[in-house]
Amino acid sequence: MLDSARQRVLWGIGILVVLLYALIPVLWIASLSVKPVDKLTDRKFFSGEISFDNYQSIFKDDTFIAALVNSIGIALIATLISIVLAAMAAYALSRLDFAGKTVILSGALAVAMFPPISIVGSLFDMWRSIGLYDTWAGLIIPYMTFTLPLAIYTLSAFFREIPWELEQAAQVDGATPFQAFRKVIVPLAAPGVFTASILVFIFAWNDFIFANTLTSTDNARTVPAALAFFTGGSQFEQPIGAISAAAVVVTIPIIVMVLIFQRRIVAGLTAGAVKG
Amino acid sequence: MAKITFDGVTKRYPDGFEAVKDMSLEVEDGEFMILVGPSGCGKSTALRMVAGLEDISDGELTIGDEVVNQKAPRDRDIAMVFQNYALYPHMTVRDNMGFALKLHGVDKEEINKRVEDAAKILDLTEHLDRKPANLSGGQRQRVAMGRAIVRDPSAYLMDEPLSNLDAKLRVQMRTEVSRIQNRTDTTTIYVTHDQTEAMTLGDRVAVMRAGVLQQVDTPMELYNRPKNLFVAGFIGSPAMNFMPATVEGDTVKLPMVDVRLPEELRERVGTGGEDGSRELIAGIRPENFEDASLLGDDTRDRGASFKVTIDMIESLGSEIYAHFSVSSDKAIESDELRELAEDSGAGEVPGGGEAGDIVARLSPESQVKKGDEADIFIDASHIQLFDPSDGSSLTA
Repeated sequence: MLDSARQRVLWGIGILVVLLYALIPVLWIASLSVKPVDKLTDRKFFSGEISFDNYQSIFKDDTFIAALVNSIGIALIATLISIVLAAMAAYALSRLDFAGKTVILSGALAVAMFPPISIVGSLFDMWRSIGLYDTWAGLIIPYMTFTLPLAIYTLSAFFREIPWELEQAAQVDGATPFQAFRKVIVPLAAPGVFTASILVFIFAWNDFIFANTLTSTDNARTVPAALAFFTGGSQFEQPIGAISAAAVVVTIPIIVMVLIFQRRIVAGLTAGAVKG
Repeated sequence: MAKITFDGVTKRYPDGFEAVKDMSLEVEDGEFMILVGPSGCGKSTALRMVAGLEDISDGELTIGDEVVNQKAPRDRDIAMVFQNYALYPHMTVRDNMGFALKLHGVDKEEINKRVEDAAKILDLTEHLDRKPANLSGGQRQRVAMGRAIVRDPSAYLMDEPLSNLDAKLRVQMRTEVSRIQNRTDTTTIYVTHDQTEAMTLGDRVAVMRAGVLQQVDTPMELYNRPKNLFVAGFIGSPAMNFMPATVEGDTVKLPMVDVRLPEELRERVGTGGEDGSRELIAGIRPENFEDASLLGDDTRDRGASFKVTIDMIESLGSEIYAHFSVSSDKAIESDELRELAEDSGAGEVPGGGEAGDIVARLSPESQVKKGDEADIFIDASHIQLFDPSDGSSLTA
């Protein structure tokens, strides 16, 4: 691949540009979050003084704690339900031949392509009249409409890669269909399940439109929406430091998840199952 | 140990296509039965019905004394070797081979012992803790075999287990399979499209075509007394030569020469039309030709000789294949021959004024060269005659 020094240098420069482009805003937020209030506008990356006041203040704030709990709970539940449903749907779609298969797949794609902004207005009215407004379920349901198609598509691609013979071999070896699914198919589809889970979790975690429109109190408001309602210590104080600290805090779970699961998302896990 | 019986077994797909039609076959306890036929003939479907991986539309399938039509694969006590091996990629060789025993609740020590015994037989001992991805094709194939033998099932089902190996390894594994089957003495159904495998491995061979069982017999019987054109053309390599022929009295008129039929053949063929002649298809195996110059007079009396220009010579050292073409005005219409031609590219038949290629196997002493006019002898006692209307053999 890297056969000459020239190529290596060019690659290095390219990677550096991409890294700077992607990481400078993140670093800027991180640096803002550890600045004392009076240094916030000093236009320096590093002001020489590190203070964790902002973090202390947001974790003393009930609104933020409630939002964090909401975010974690809603994203996890949405992910769990989506993945379980999507795994079963994708398994059926990749293994069975039934009438209306293409309709289901294209329907799922159509739903996923719908811009969220176009449905929040009517959802707002509907949720208020049926009592889902400002509840966890009120957010989980719309999240699932967008995450399910995504998960179904990702997972069915993975299931299709698993040779059908493996399952048949397991059945002949004496496994019940469920044992075959659990002991052979699931371990092999694990990278797919993790990939889909991460995508779904990130979608639910990052959403702002639904969270902002369909909630009004700490009952169900998630962190991205809660950030918009942050206020400073007094009416004259800018809450920039607190917002930055909160932004860093909500980024951490995503980073941790990706770091944990990226090791499991290894391609070629099914290598060696079948010849050629 | 168990006997496997097909009784009128049929596989019909929802679109009405019948992959296996009214198949009746008895595989004896401990027998090595080969299902052979061109691709799409229903042999794999038949095997998968035994395994329980395909539903049976009609008829009864018995393993041992039990009708298993409605039984799940796991309740049939059979082991299967898949064409692509279907090893579990996330398990080591040891776990792959022990998986079935583990599912059956056999205790760990016993599993280990049996896996290690099987590994010894298959020469896999040093690979037991590796994953399938790190094994060569031949080793993977042996793991697939090992997965079947550790279980000591009542029958082995093998679906073209050697077709993914290269030619040399295939011959080696063929011996191995045969040895294992002999040693375990377990009923085996083995599917292949390779007639050499069928001939060398099977106690008996079942030839299938388009979902219909054509003939079930020992390899030698199939070779010497094929019941119809299809079996005759499918078994044997190079394939049998076919040509239009007319029987008149005690002679059969071939496109290149008239041959006097031996007594026993003549009786069985009988006479057809009012003038005592009958249109037939003649089949001659390549080894029933010989270079006439090498033969003594007494041998020559058993057949007839003719002169022909040799188009091509293939010399294999132990034998020589001489190709020459023969043309005939008569036409042969046979679905079976057409299918053979599609499957193997062989079975090019002279007829309708067109020339067809004939292959003769000659002794290596023959001095025949490409382009030479050679004197070729046909052994009359081995000519096979077939009824053109249904392809059935008149000489079997």
